[in-house]
Amino acid sequence: MNGACTAAEAHCEYVLRLADTSLVAGQRLAEWLGHGPTLEEDLALANIALDLFGQARLLLTLAGRIEGCARDEDALAFGRDAAEFRNVALAEQPNGDFAQTIVRQVMLDAWQLETYSSLVASADTELAAIAQKAVKECRYHWRYSSGWLVRLGDGTGESHRRASAALQALWRFTDELRVADELDARMAACGIGPEPAVVNARWQERLAGVLEAARLTVPAHQHYPWHGKRGVHTEALTHLLATLQYLPRLYPGVSW
Amino acid sequence: MTEDWVLYEVFIRARAGLEHKHVGSLHAADARMAIEHARDIYTRRQEGVSIWVVRSNDIHAADPAEAAALFDPAGDKIYRHPTFYSIPEEVKNI
Repeated sequence: MNGACTAAEAHCEYVLRLADTSLVAGQRLAEWLGHGPTLEEDLALANIALDLFGQARLLLTLAGRIEGCARDEDALAFGRDAAEFRNVALAEQPNGDFAQTIVRQVMLDAWQLETYSSLVASADTELAAIAQKAVKECRYHWRYSSGWLVRLGDGTGESHRRASAALQALWRFTDELRVADELDARMAACGIGPEPAVVNARWQERLAGVLEAARLTVPAHQHYPWHGKRGVHTEALTHLLATLQYLPRLYPGVSW
Repeated sequence: MTEDWVLYEVFIRARAGLEHKHVGSLHAADARMAIEHARDIYTRRQEGVSIWVVRSNDIHAADPAEAAALFDPAGDKIYRHPTFYSIPEEVKNI
């Protein structure tokens, strides 16, 4: 991504960041199906995954239309390789134990919630309408994940240790959520994207509040060598896509 | 995990104006979690607009062994049913 790309290319790229983050996070949560700690949590995680897939479908369709190359949601979801994905790298991180999944979701849910809350006023009216729908879903996702983080962090010695370890392991991926790049700034300037500084401040405030309630401390800043938003991903995404894309790639055009 | 979780009974109101109806039960650590679980399990297909949860242990039930003493005496008091009135055609929903 550089300043030389056209307005439509930049617009499409930005929508893909949102779309791919929802798609990849949904796929990760769907991996819990049949493995949740209880039947109730199994369903809860699957429900959140379905919300995220719903967002991804709308956003990918929108991105495809902006791109103007006749690629629909399926072509974009199943026909691109890892380097073409624009999700934040946090979304692709493996589930690990339940604490790691919850910590990942807390950081991601807060980011999506604040991003979509701002996008409701986007100059792209279609994106604004999608945000309107998504923000209600994200509010519940946040309620779920933040509630669990407090239970784990302020729970037993073992649950605190696991939540704390997950926070340490995943914190480096939050750089990408907070630091705006050239495309983020460009989208904010033309009114399509939110003001990065506003989203960042609200995200930090939200995180600080829940971490305090969970008796967890904000980790020290860690250098971040990946930029999922620009297509530089961790190895984890390749494995995730292998599962996600296996069927439509083996049987192109298959339907059921 | 579930040994620390207690059983809750779930009541859902389908629409504004209707009463809450018992729909089932689930396990949760506390009331907040019980409501979240109820939302995820019992309202996925727009079944409700309101949720009540009650710890199953807090529900007191009539003793089935006393059913005869409790309920049979009402059996021969048909005059308690409003079946001896003629209802005008225009009156609906009684």
